[in-house]
Amino acid sequence: MRVDVVVVGAGTAGLVAAVRAAQSGRKVLVLAKGAGATHLAPLTIDVLGYAPERVESPARELAPFIAAHPEHPYARTGEAAIAEALDWFRGVMGDAYPYTGGLERNMLLPSAIGAPRPSALVPVTMAEGDLRRDEPMCLVGLRPLKDFHAALAADNITRLGVQARAVELDLDVDRADVNALGLARAFDRPEVRALVAAQLALRLRAGERVGFPAVLGLRHAPTVWRELQERLGRPVFEIPTVPPSVPGLRVDAILLGALRAAGGRIIIGSEVVGAAPDADGVTVRARAAGRDVEHRADWLVLATGGFAEGSITLGSDWRARETVLDLPLAHVPAPGEPRFAPGLFDEHPMSRVGVAVDDGLRPVGPDGRRVHERVLVAGASIGGAVPWKEHSGEGISVTTGHHAAGQLAGVAPSVGVAA
Amino acid sequence: MTAHEDSVLLDLVRGSLDHCVKCTICETHCPYSNVTPLFPGPKYVGPQAERFRSGEEVSPDASVDLCSSCGICTQVCPQGVHIAEINTRAKARLAESEGIPLRNQLIARPDVLGMLGTPVAPLANRTLSNRPLRALAHRILGIHRDAALPRFAGRTFRSWAKRHTPPAQATKEVVLFHGCGTNYYEPELGEKVVAILEHNGFRVTIPKQGCCGLPLQSNGIFPAARSYARRLARRLAPHARRGVPIVGPPTSCTLMLKREAREIIGLDEDPDVRVVSEHTYDICEFLLELHERGELRTDFQPVEETVAYHAPCQQQGHNIGKPALDLFALVPGLRTVELQARCCGIAGTYGLKVERRQISLDVGADLFSQIRDAEPTVVACDAETCRWHIEQETGVTNLHPIDVLHRAYGLDRR
Repeated sequence: MRVDVVVVGAGTAGLVAAVRAAQSGRKVLVLAKGAGATHLAPLTIDVLGYAPERVESPARELAPFIAAHPEHPYARTGEAAIAEALDWFRGVMGDAYPYTGGLERNMLLPSAIGAPRPSALVPVTMAEGDLRRDEPMCLVGLRPLKDFHAALAADNITRLGVQARAVELDLDVDRADVNALGLARAFDRPEVRALVAAQLALRLRAGERVGFPAVLGLRHAPTVWRELQERLGRPVFEIPTVPPSVPGLRVDAILLGALRAAGGRIIIGSEVVGAAPDADGVTVRARAAGRDVEHRADWLVLATGGFAEGSITLGSDWRARETVLDLPLAHVPAPGEPRFAPGLFDEHPMSRVGVAVDDGLRPVGPDGRRVHERVLVAGASIGGAVPWKEHSGEGISVTTGHHAAGQLAGVAPSVGVAA
Repeated sequence: MTAHEDSVLLDLVRGSLDHCVKCTICETHCPYSNVTPLFPGPKYVGPQAERFRSGEEVSPDASVDLCSSCGICTQVCPQGVHIAEINTRAKARLAESEGIPLRNQLIARPDVLGMLGTPVAPLANRTLSNRPLRALAHRILGIHRDAALPRFAGRTFRSWAKRHTPPAQATKEVVLFHGCGTNYYEPELGEKVVAILEHNGFRVTIPKQGCCGLPLQSNGIFPAARSYARRLARRLAPHARRGVPIVGPPTSCTLMLKREAREIIGLDEDPDVRVVSEHTYDICEFLLELHERGELRTDFQPVEETVAYHAPCQQQGHNIGKPALDLFALVPGLRTVELQARCCGIAGTYGLKVERRQISLDVGADLFSQIRDAEPTVVACDAETCRWHIEQETGVTNLHPIDVLHRAYGLDRR
């Protein structure tokens, strides 16, 4: 296919880049080996949670963080780009799945085991779980769902200083093995939430806010959440659980809808196995049934992820390799140097490995010079960050995806494509 | 199963097993496990259960048989695990061990049914729409009385093709793979494909050909599926070796030629199958490639209709996106609604079976309600069994995208 932009990867960074590029009038094609991290991540937009102490205000602490980490993706995009990207993201989600918060103050949301997670921009359906407030909590366990143990989470939250207790509800969902997605579909049905509210109402105490696992609807989450608040007469919040991530799937559906509405195309299941950039664009080779298929684009946005996604590999010879374009990688330990630290939660020397980019998100070599003008990099493919430790993963993905598409904005779309 | 084909499958398919990280993405997308508690999902019956059925062992868990082989799990897997292929193979072993029921032997052979039914089409069609007889077939054979069955055309596409005179001035050549559905039930679809290709300056070669073996594969009858696929590939291979593209309207059957014969029934090393695989095109894929090279005629006339387009699972298995949408965009006046549901629920012969009927309808419910909401003039869909099923369940006329393009070219008025 002949398009303006090929985006490789359908995770958060790839879809954000694709939607923004398509909305600015580009003809966009997304190619992905499979469905993306939206299916697994809670999609709270954590911008900076630890640096290394817990961050209360990203707005205040981003500048010193960037100064101390000149090779971090945020240092490449700049602080202003983060705020812009968050505003844009919030706009795209709109009323379909409203977000709240911002860079001024991190909220502190409970994880599925009741640990605090600092996050900047969160779905309204989760915001009432903020652990900085001290109203007591009642966490609701749904018996068929083995992925959320209300009592465990409540115990841990109580230890953090917020009174929390658990109640368990029986919910007949007609199957032995149900996951969050199955329950979310059930909550989309009005009779199911009416039943849950009725069962719950008598068991709540005065002044308690109510926490559910994040299963409050797949297609109609804001309605389900609002309705439960009204029926129960108190604040209700969701707590993200293990995959499948219902909140992530809500975001995925909205981004895909926005992409389609803007005329973008997506092929899931077509792995990009090679790309040849030249002065005018990029020729992309992707897997298809029976044979490889070639696509041609003016620009390629690489958003394939890092080690965890199989997009960067490490050989026994110490050589790390970016699999699509063989881009130069930074932060790779020299042969013989330690690659991993002994403790699981230590910072491993390998963890910052990724593509080095310049301020325009173009890949650069060890000398700092651009290796390809027509290639941009977004998301976890960029090196220099330790997202799980910084609590910065979605922040980096949304910011760099948005920023990558923004790099194309100054360039007029090619002839024949409606602006 | 022969040792050789088994080792091919071992490398190709089973080798992908250890890439599974149990992320649940396949289960998120499986249209079947999402509607029935009887099917625990592709991960559960696939990468997890496969560890208990190494070598010749039969699956200890029969629920794998509820997999429809729609292939969506393989498409969405970000780790490249061949989930659908693993499960289709496990289903075949299960079927082999339990014996194939007569019904499955029958519905898996559209070529034989077509040959038998065509000469006596009026009688055959009356039989297939006769309520008491369908009730009998429901009870005795297990073919659901309300499931959509096609109508015999009473003539074959091949007999039309024999009489058809190709245009003299054609310079480019293309081979048509028409499939059983076109030959026995929808010969007019084949005629329209020929008309469109000839309109674009092609000479259409229609070699002798039979069934691709897909229904046999779906019903777990691998040895027969292999001999069908091999025989078809042998007939098409000489053309592929000359570099002539092989195009076809039945998207499930072109996918069988491209990939499934190689990866599911293990013919990856058959040189005929390989060369045919590399040269086969879904018809819309082929037309769109022509357009991108600037070689497709775009003398389309306005078609003032709303077309709701459903890309069937097997069409998505080509990994080519939805070329029909890009072709529709060339037609002035045409309003296109892209339907968002993944599967209609028929999955070839799955929804015909009495014990699968309710699951099939539950899978299709989402698609059917989207179609009702869209209030389209027609539904366009690339696979014939899906069209028959969707038309019966929604009452909306279902056509191959080719039919829309044929009218847009004005070829129906010549």
